[in-house]
Amino acid sequence: MKGFDYRRAGDPAGAVAAVAAAPGARYLAGGTNLVDLMKLGVEAPDLLVDVGRALDDRIEEGPDGSVRIGAAVRNSDLAAHPAVRRRRPALSQALLAGASGQLRNTATVGGNLLQRTRCPYFQDITKPCNRRDPGSGCPAVEGAHRDLAILGASDQCVATHPSDMAVALAALDAEAVVLGTAGQRTVPVAELHRLPGDHPERETVLEHGDLITDVLLPALPPGARSGYRKARDRASYAFALASVAAVLEVREGSVHRVALAFGAVAARPWRARTAEEALRGAPATAESFARAADAELAAARPLRDNGYKVPLTRNLTVRLLTDLAEGASR
Amino acid sequence: MSTTSSRALGTPLRRVEGRAKATGTARYAVEHSAPGAAYAWPVPATVARGAVTAVHCADALAEPGALAVLTHENAPRLREPQDATLAVLQSPEIAHRGQVAALAVAETLEAARACAAAVRVEYAQLPHDVVFRADHPRLYAPEQVNAGYPTDRERGGFDAAYAAAAVQLDATYRTPPLHNHPMEPHATVAEWDGSRLLVRDSDQGSSDARRTLADLFGLDPEDVLVVSEHVGGGFGSKGTPRPQLVLAAMAARVVQRPVKLALPRRLLAPLTGHRAPTVQRVRIGADRDGRITALAHESATCTSTVREFVEQSSVPSRVMYASPNSRTTHRVVALNLPSPSWMRAPGECPGMFALESAVDELAEACGVDPVELRIRNEPDAEPDSGRPFSSRGLVACLREGARRFGWHDRDPRPGVHREGGLLLGTGVAAATYPVYASPCAAEARAEPGGGFTVGINATDIGTGARTVLGQIAADALGVPADTVRALVGRSDLPRASVAGGSSGTASWGWAVHKACRELRLRLDRDHGGAVPPGGLTVTADTTEDVRAGSEYARHAFGAHFAEVQVDTGTGEVRVRRMLGMFAAGRILNPRTARSQFIGGMTMGLGMALLEGSTVDPRFGDHVEADLASYHVPTCADVPDIEVGWIDEEDPHLNPMGSKGIGEIGIVGAAAALTNALHHAVGHRFRTLPVHPDTVLAALGAL
Ligand SMILES: Cc1cc2nc3c(=O)[nH]c(=O)nc-3n(C[C@H](O)[C@H](O)[C@H](O)COP(=O)(O)OP(=O)(O)OC[C@H]3O[C@@H](n4cnc5c(N)ncnc54)[C@H](O)[C@@H]3O)c2cc1C
Ligand code: SF4
Repeated sequence: MKGFDYRRAGDPAGAVAAVAAAPGARYLAGGTNLVDLMKLGVEAPDLLVDVGRALDDRIEEGPDGSVRIGAAVRNSDLAAHPAVRRRRPALSQALLAGASGQLRNTATVGGNLLQRTRCPYFQDITKPCNRRDPGSGCPAVEGAHRDLAILGASDQCVATHPSDMAVALAALDAEAVVLGTAGQRTVPVAELHRLPGDHPERETVLEHGDLITDVLLPALPPGARSGYRKARDRASYAFALASVAAVLEVREGSVHRVALAFGAVAARPWRARTAEEALRGAPATAESFARAADAELAAARPLRDNGYKVPLTRNLTVRLLTDLAEGASR
Repeated sequence: MSTTSSRALGTPLRRVEGRAKATGTARYAVEHSAPGAAYAWPVPATVARGAVTAVHCADALAEPGALAVLTHENAPRLREPQDATLAVLQSPEIAHRGQVAALAVAETLEAARACAAAVRVEYAQLPHDVVFRADHPRLYAPEQVNAGYPTDRERGGFDAAYAAAAVQLDATYRTPPLHNHPMEPHATVAEWDGSRLLVRDSDQGSSDARRTLADLFGLDPEDVLVVSEHVGGGFGSKGTPRPQLVLAAMAARVVQRPVKLALPRRLLAPLTGHRAPTVQRVRIGADRDGRITALAHESATCTSTVREFVEQSSVPSRVMYASPNSRTTHRVVALNLPSPSWMRAPGECPGMFALESAVDELAEACGVDPVELRIRNEPDAEPDSGRPFSSRGLVACLREGARRFGWHDRDPRPGVHREGGLLLGTGVAAATYPVYASPCAAEARAEPGGGFTVGINATDIGTGARTVLGQIAADALGVPADTVRALVGRSDLPRASVAGGSSGTASWGWAVHKACRELRLRLDRDHGGAVPPGGLTVTADTTEDVRAGSEYARHAFGAHFAEVQVDTGTGEVRVRRMLGMFAAGRILNPRTARSQFIGGMTMGLGMALLEGSTVDPRFGDHVEADLASYHVPTCADVPDIEVGWIDEEDPHLNPMGSKGIGEIGIVGAAAALTNALHHAVGHRFRTLPVHPDTVLAALGAL
């Protein structure tokens, strides 16, 4: 771990100015991912700009039912907020299915969105990895990839984005508010991360210095229910093998509105647009849910050891949508 | 003074150091302050086989706070160790990825880390062979296997008997590499005072650590003091000295200051040992009633090129079931991998996964209840040696366990017990573990101001050893337990054996008992029961008592029962309940014993469903390098585990009448779970661990 400077930013604009001016600078939020990566030598910043106090840590519900979440809100607090717990259980369930109590108390919304892949080669600087060291190769394609991507990957990188929270946010049509040197803009969470293509080192659409200041959740129609399902090797404290977040509104036995996102299958939370398309207007039955999942997963290109993610994602989807349709989950 | 027995043994005393541990005042090795201490950080080799051709240290030494970089060129020369893994930095040769290629030493931990990161090592790389296969062309028969057991044993004629058997079972079982991962990493603080060496070490036996340091550095053992007062687990991986002990002592000599070295978690896998993978073929021939007529258990495993360690997986088949014809063998291949070593119940743990799975398969093939089938094959004497058992509580454990678990209501048909999207199943497996004891010395002292002190260089690795030794002493002296203080964990106390082989309490307790009896005798005989003004100290040595041995075959036994649920959509397995019944002689402290049994069973759950390391063929290391990826059970995985035991009176053991309890809890636990899984889904899981992807494949989803 190499020496670095530490600065605490007073406000978002100051933070952006500080990081944008220094190519080797990084934002520090909860530090639960960044500091680990610094210890491993994967990240070696010259300057850490602590945004813990510069960013808002409040959650505000608007009169229309939309919600603004400050990027410094801790994962535990977000999961417990009534606007989330009661109205958007998908998000609450996703957060609580992630990491451990201690980590959730420290991890922030911004940091969770921008956490890095858990690919073992990415974390070991003695090995090649295109994402960390462009052009060095991708040992995961032939090596340990049981946890890695089946959708949207390339032969240059098969990493997955590990966040649970981001999957729920993608299904909830959340947007990230980004402050950069050129001002403020919003980016849909489902489009925040890039697929690897030939440039796996470009992980997101953000530029150096861009700061996530808030996450916005649009209002949910009153009849919509949401939920999150995660499969994992052990009962707690494990990253997803696959996960599914969904928002579903059924009217008279048919799918009126649906949003579906898959986790741990791609380099970004995977908004399942093809499945959504197939579902709109379809009868809200296990058969249609399965057909829709299959339609989405037809694009899957599993590797030697991760083909199980296809039936797993399908089964999670069918079960979650069935439960939501039956009102088992709100 | 009263001499009536206080009967401390058998009472559930709390750990005497429990409060200190729970409140954080108990100090572990590197938590001890050593004024002026420097910190060391290893530089691991990044090739799986080859030689170091150059170590560039200039940048590293230019780091702020850097003190030294030890390499094979400049590190102090050591005498040749018995265990070749301790010959650290003595030659340029690299035998596996992760071997220590250099050691950075600096003023602070952070500086040491930065210094290590700046060391540049060049290698001449050679091709490596790290893929273990049961048909590996270089597989050979070792001279003996771990714990000194014979490699092969034949009785009767297996081939003919198997060929003639009415029922034949032939199945192959696989266990993965497993890592011990104790909570406290392997850690040492070393400090020289002239030619004297003081070490605080996290190990399972500091008598051995002292001897090793004296040998390697050419010191008088009297000049070496090793203290391991509190140890945060080891599970066998601290059973013999590990490289950090030697590295810290070397570094301290070079920088002439105390040096602290705690191995980073990521280096535990390459540097501290693991359970090697096994492939075990079990063949059983039986009559239609399930009576075994022929049994073969043939194990293959791998070791490193540095040190031969052969997991004795077929050995439990020499003990468990009556069979007139038997073959038990071991083969091993040396690969360019880190050296395997002890991990909780070496041999019995993987071996009983295979044997107890096979017995369950046999029961199914014969249509006999698996509890009953085991009872039908109960031997009169130890099958392999013909020696009588000193006691054998297997049948009692099976019967009582079955009763408590509610086994007899069980519908044996597999794959039919549904609860919504879940399939449920129950399973049983037996457990066994040998009785070991080693010679030790102990001292007992009557203090002039009242009370007693016993001293022995035992190690309390979290088991409660300190507490139980106090109880043994109290009973041997005939005094209340709270008047006895037990000192352990310092090599200037009388020499003791390792906290391993489930032999600690037997070995140490024996010596403590002997010293206390002698002290009681002398107090009563020479001092009229009173303590003389200067106090009175007695020492005892059990070398002769232990060496006298026994004509009996001595083993603990047990039975596991388990219920699992399988999510048919996700393949996720969750354990609903586990019950372990054990027959392990006299239980000396029910509280600490229970936690050993539960801990072992929990580790067995991990082995069945979670734990497993993957060798990366390209790089030659284990992929799972941290606790985020090497999954040990969390609280949410562990159901309410019920533990019970049979009161066993066995006069052929030791003065306490105890058998070891530290390891038997893991033995057979994995098989009980996979047998339950078979009952749930109707598929045999012969390869561990059973992850959701494996289950989905078995359910036909893939
Ligand atoms: C053992 C373990 C298990 C885990 N299990 C799970 C799990 O099951 N599911 C799961 O979802 N997660 C899991 N996590 C990951 C955890 O959720 C993340 O580490 C955490 O959410 C990161 O948040 P943070 O605030 O600590 O981020 P930091 O570590 O501070 O930052 C992460 C990255 O985001 C950048 N960053 C932070 N805030 C901003 C911002 N506002 N704008 C722009 N950039 C920013 C930082 O520069 C850094 O690159 C686990 C982590 C560990 C260590
Ligand atoms: S999958 Fe991506 S992150 Fe993993 S090694 Fe390949 S390039 Fe690196």
